[in-house]
Amino acid sequence: MTIHSPPKDWFKWPHGHERLWIGLALVWCLIMFAMMPYWHFNGKQNSTGESYAVEPDAFVERVEQFTAANKVGEDPASGIPIVEPPPGGDAYLLGRMWSWTPTLKLRQGETYRLHISSADLQHGFSLQPMNMNFQVLPGYDHVLTLTPTTTGEFTIVCNEFCGIGHHAMIGKIIVE
Amino acid sequence: MASITAMSGPRTRKCDTTGLPVCLDAEFFVKMNAVSAVVFLLLGGIAALTLALTRWPAVHLLDSTWFYRMLTFHGVNMLIFWILFMEMAILYFAGTTLLKTKLFSPKLAWAGFGLMISGAVMTDYIILMGQADVMLTSYLPLVAHPLFYLGIILFAVGALVNIFNFFATVYVAWKNKTYGETMPLVAFGAVTAAIIAVVALLHGAVALVPTLTFAMGWTAEPDPMWYRLIWWGLGHQSQQVNVVAMVSVWYLMSHLTSGGVVLNEFVSRGAFVLYILFINLASAHHLLVDPGVGATWKIWNTSYAMYLAVLASLIHGFTVPAGLEAGMRLKGYTKGLFGWLWNAPWKNPGFSGFFLSLVIFGFIGGITGVTLGTQQINITAHNTLRIPGHFHATVVGGTSLAFMGLTYYVVPLLFRREYSFKWLARLQPYVFAVGIVLMSLGMSFAGSAGVARRTWDIDAAGIYGATSHLMLGVLGIGGTLAFIGLLIYVLLTVHAVLFGQKNHGRAMDDWGTPKDIAPAEGDTEARELLEHGKAPGTMVLVLVLLACFVVYYFANWKALADLWHVR
Repeated sequence: MTIHSPPKDWFKWPHGHERLWIGLALVWCLIMFAMMPYWHFNGKQNSTGESYAVEPDAFVERVEQFTAANKVGEDPASGIPIVEPPPGGDAYLLGRMWSWTPTLKLRQGETYRLHISSADLQHGFSLQPMNMNFQVLPGYDHVLTLTPTTTGEFTIVCNEFCGIGHHAMIGKIIVE
Repeated sequence: MASITAMSGPRTRKCDTTGLPVCLDAEFFVKMNAVSAVVFLLLGGIAALTLALTRWPAVHLLDSTWFYRMLTFHGVNMLIFWILFMEMAILYFAGTTLLKTKLFSPKLAWAGFGLMISGAVMTDYIILMGQADVMLTSYLPLVAHPLFYLGIILFAVGALVNIFNFFATVYVAWKNKTYGETMPLVAFGAVTAAIIAVVALLHGAVALVPTLTFAMGWTAEPDPMWYRLIWWGLGHQSQQVNVVAMVSVWYLMSHLTSGGVVLNEFVSRGAFVLYILFINLASAHHLLVDPGVGATWKIWNTSYAMYLAVLASLIHGFTVPAGLEAGMRLKGYTKGLFGWLWNAPWKNPGFSGFFLSLVIFGFIGGITGVTLGTQQINITAHNTLRIPGHFHATVVGGTSLAFMGLTYYVVPLLFRREYSFKWLARLQPYVFAVGIVLMSLGMSFAGSAGVARRTWDIDAAGIYGATSHLMLGVLGIGGTLAFIGLLIYVLLTVHAVLFGQKNHGRAMDDWGTPKDIAPAEGDTEARELLEHGKAPGTMVLVLVLLACFVVYYFANWKALADLWHVR
């Protein structure tokens, strides 16, 4: 059958179980489709892709200014600055081969506009153990409007391959 | 059969098993492409073993340089070379034998094959020389040696030449009506795969040609976001070529091994057309947490326009087993809901390869794929091991396993040689399937714990606990088992092709086709079920699938709701 030409009168509308299944499957497909716009308006976790063009050098400069203005300390081991952005304000995070700077100190329940970009290759912003993941591209200021709902120390892992030191590209976010 | 006599001549023969006409020119290129496929499968498989043994933390085999190099090598050899060579073999078979016509042009077939082989060798060489540690995706601004891109472009052009040759063959057959009024379903599926392949390969050209000229230092750097969008028009779409080729092989193997029928030609063909119309939107699956594209674009495209391509897969997921059920019932295996399934030829590697492929693709690959490709849920999955956990269940447990099952018929029918060590061949699909399922589950659970894909070492972060390490161990054990299954397949097939007993002039050895036990006038009860479009056993199976799907889907929404708020 499957490898031979079907008889002349092969056309017929689906019937029986086949029609029932197509109906069920279509309904399920439409439910899944409706879930995404529903969550967009009523859910709290969305990836809207808000972003602005930015030259990598210009972004590095903004991160440096932001760090200088809001620095509250320094990690004794790595020397990476610890920065506390104003609640409700802008925060900056730079990915580069192979580090995330600065370490951000945020407050639970406050909302921040977190700008993430790269100085060189593509990187992956992977917040652990929350397991929230976003793509970081050079030339794109990717803005996440982020509200931490839990406290503790969170690790940023790079999960986009960015060369030989990729697995060692680790950053930190502290939430109090 | 007038059409068969019309095709007789010095460059044709009649198949001793099926009675179908075989064009000897096409047969030659089926063989060439299939043999190349198996060689690249072995190369990619060896790389796979080293990767599994590196991600297994207790073993951690390779150093970081060779891990990333082997990962690039594995991706390119498996996802491009093995699969596409096999698909070329399928096109040359389906375009000629199933349509009872001759190959349009052996010269074009040579040109296509030559381009593909030289491209593949060039790419593999430059990767092994350490000049292209960029992964399969080679995301800009990461840059490889120009020969890496040139090799892939040559390979793609070769594939396009073959596809043109296929279309020309189909056109000639259509004009001369060699196959009758309507094209057989499996050939229709092959045409679908070829159409999608053309669109995929054109995306590849658009993405890679400017990247090549950039790597040569001739042009400016293409935008990295633009590259991602266009590259995935190649990257994801070529996986849909695999899906369509695999579904066609399911229909073929269901018929060859168990006498499976087509319930409704219109439904099965319509589902193939849905693929052509909507599957090219899937590039979005990879950009769901990217900057540069908005929520509306993401939602519409990731759903393939309201999941109409998913609907196509759900339809095939019913029609293939239902066709099998009907075929088996007509043979007299009518007992209860699942008599047809228990009496299916489970010791026939052609059958077990196809049916395990169907189950793994549907229950693991399909459900995870649609869920992870949901716009918001992707936040919890992007670039974690959940992604390879998903696609190893589709491309490996699905497509590769189906192609392996197919091979157990290709070698006796076209190489006209029999497999030795048949008991081992009967075991092979199970070994491979168990290995892949274990590996896929290990990846998926480790990924759910946040472990990244494409990462040499997870301990530098110092945050992954016992569960992650255990799951990576499962990945390693599953991967090793799958490699053993792959190796058995390659060794048995190479042995059969070179030393297998010749079967010229007689039907191939039967792997175990269920005997027809229906009364002489046919089984009336089975015929009645078919008339009324009933496949009760399959209906139960697909309802179980739907229930699993619904539970997994909403469990993921629940997990998402526990995360920090983000817009």
